[in-house]
Amino acid sequence: MNDRTRLIHSGCDRDPHTGASSIPVYQVSTFHQEDPEHLGPYDYARSGNPTRAALEQTAAVLENGATGLAFASGMAAISSTLLLFNPGDHLVVGRDVYGGTYRILTTLFARWKLDVTFADATDPEAVRRAVTPATRGLFVESPANPLLQVTDLRAMAAIAREHNLLSITDNTFMTPLLQRPLDLGFDIVLHSATKFLGGHSDLIAGLAVTRAAETGKRLRAIQNAFGAILGPQDSWLLLRGIKTLGVRLDAQQRTAATVAAWLRQHPRVKRVFYPGLADHPGHAIHAGQATGPGAVVSFELADRAAAVGFLKRVRLPLVAVSLGGVESILSYPATMSHAAMPPAERLTRGITDELIRLSAGLETAEDLIADFDTAFTGKAARA
Amino acid sequence: MPFSDKLSTLLAQAGSRRDPATGAISVPIYQTASFSHPALGRSTGFDYSRTSNPTRLALEETLARADGGARGFAFASGLAALDTLLRLFAPGDRIVVTEDLYGGTFRLFERVFRPLGVTAVYVDSSDAAAVQRALEDPCARAVFVETPTNPLLKIADIRALAALTRARDALLIVDNTFLTPCQLRPLDLGADVVAYSATKFLAGHNDVVAGALVAGTPALAEKIAFLQNACGAVLGPQDAWLTLRGLKTLPLRLQRQQENASAIASWLTAHPRVRRVLYPGLPTHPGHAILVRDGNGFGGMVSFEVADPARIPAILEQVRVFLFAESLGGVESLITYPAVQTHADIDPATRERLGINASLLRLSVGIEDPDDLIHDLETVL
Repeated sequence: MNDRTRLIHSGCDRDPHTGASSIPVYQVSTFHQEDPEHLGPYDYARSGNPTRAALEQTAAVLENGATGLAFASGMAAISSTLLLFNPGDHLVVGRDVYGGTYRILTTLFARWKLDVTFADATDPEAVRRAVTPATRGLFVESPANPLLQVTDLRAMAAIAREHNLLSITDNTFMTPLLQRPLDLGFDIVLHSATKFLGGHSDLIAGLAVTRAAETGKRLRAIQNAFGAILGPQDSWLLLRGIKTLGVRLDAQQRTAATVAAWLRQHPRVKRVFYPGLADHPGHAIHAGQATGPGAVVSFELADRAAAVGFLKRVRLPLVAVSLGGVESILSYPATMSHAAMPPAERLTRGITDELIRLSAGLETAEDLIADFDTAFTGKAARA
Repeated sequence: MPFSDKLSTLLAQAGSRRDPATGAISVPIYQTASFSHPALGRSTGFDYSRTSNPTRLALEETLARADGGARGFAFASGLAALDTLLRLFAPGDRIVVTEDLYGGTFRLFERVFRPLGVTAVYVDSSDAAAVQRALEDPCARAVFVETPTNPLLKIADIRALAALTRARDALLIVDNTFLTPCQLRPLDLGADVVAYSATKFLAGHNDVVAGALVAGTPALAEKIAFLQNACGAVLGPQDAWLTLRGLKTLPLRLQRQQENASAIASWLTAHPRVRRVLYPGLPTHPGHAILVRDGNGFGGMVSFEVADPARIPAILEQVRVFLFAESLGGVESLITYPAVQTHADIDPATRERLGINASLLRLSVGIEDPDDLIHDLETVL
């Protein structure tokens, strides 16, 4: 079955009892047991809920994994997954992982003696050098946020296999429609499902999918014991969002590519970061591991004043954190996603004061370009 | 494509920027019955949710803009919308109505409004001359058309009908459920009011039951607003919010549905076990030219007759990708047997005369991969 069909018919797209074409929202905490000696498949909704189970199975089908797990947020999925490790374990983590991941690793998990080395994941040799005898895990993202650096996921999976590391990747920017890390050899794939999977900027959710059932069992035990689960309403809404992921992402990606090409030739734009551009340093590797460049484009203007002025003048996209929604969103990493990072540290990572990130939505590329053009030049916005 | 571009931008951001207090990108679900007043004789603009609710209003304003109308109204179902609209009429009034009408609308006309003295006169609304003859009745007050019709997908010439109703001072009501404002804007063509089962393409996920009306002029809008509030068949805030969420992807969904429907219609046309294919996107379809001229697409509905009706139970049982279910317009493809499902309320002789026969199946094509859909049909045919 084609991926676009699987988004709609994942095997849990209808209610077996009534035939309802939408999975019911099981707004319930507990389940009556007919037989006190042999409990049914559901006993308490933290352990399992039929609506959440439909979502979890869908996630597993889409990522081609054994077990799917739904969490209250992307960070809940990431932090629950990190609980698979023990104090004293060492992790090699991509230097450009999402700021929230960086924050829990350097604060909360550091307190619990999880030892981390941040390495440049775009360089497999740098990752290999960072591995020590205590290393148990490897955590990378590709493309990275917000500069869209590409990591060779097959090379990462090979290093992990070689050193017997649990390999984890955050696939939020790509979704299983564009990139399937488990097929590339990873053990666990994570998502902030708030973004493209949910797709409407109206829910907060996280997903984890494991390649092996055994890993899934361990993570399921953590999900149940730790309890950072996704509620039934949000599970249902996320399932609804996934049904249109194919059409949304196709359109968003097309718009992102058009806008990226336009930005590239605009005199006010200093640099454009987009894996779909032929001269993007990771273009070839990305093309070998994903079926599309995605819908996030970052770009630099002349300086901070130009960036801030542009963000104040632009009318069509929302200026906000987050990404992946039907509405185009412009983010300003310097004061938003990377505000917690000391400026010197931020600048060494290339996250300058003139950097802007666009998450392309479903507006037409023509409308976005016209709006950007007006906002760049600072002329009064059209009525 | 005179309006599609702006529409996709408008719909993508439907309901955004409506909460200045927090900047929330998604319009809040105002699950409230009542609104407190700032002072005696003053209102926030909202008093009681039957009259108006901020979440429903976000949907209603989006619907009005999408159709280029004066005002939109959201109802508890498509039939609730039509029921409310028909209360504009008085005993003795006659309404000229599409003959191969949705069975539920037919039931509303025959079992609810006929006893009250509002009478439907059925004509082939794809034949403007037949509509003109029916309008010569001095009691005719309105023309109610579905285009494309359900399930025979006949196309009405809205421009021609609007010229007739205008000359007679009658209302032209268009049920635009199948094409939506993305593919047809009846108000631009001269209709007075547009009706929807928003359950279908507008909400689009087979998970909401909702209806809508869009009035072309403020004067008509005022009358409908009175009836909506007085009769009270309003859409609740949860469903209003979900419908609005659905509208955001309407242009993408409908485009994919049309591409799939077009591929399936062409494939069915060549299939030896298929007797006849009805799809307005086929150049041989009698209404094709009208939609090319006045519309922006042909929709996602395809009807066809199988050569051997004895195969139908097996077809309905064996489909794997298509769901055997009533309704239409969702992301999932559905297959329906009109003679026993949607049109069971129409008497068998009339059904047969209209062409809603025992060989006819109707497809609502979803956004799955077209090869999977065609493979499913190939297996069961």
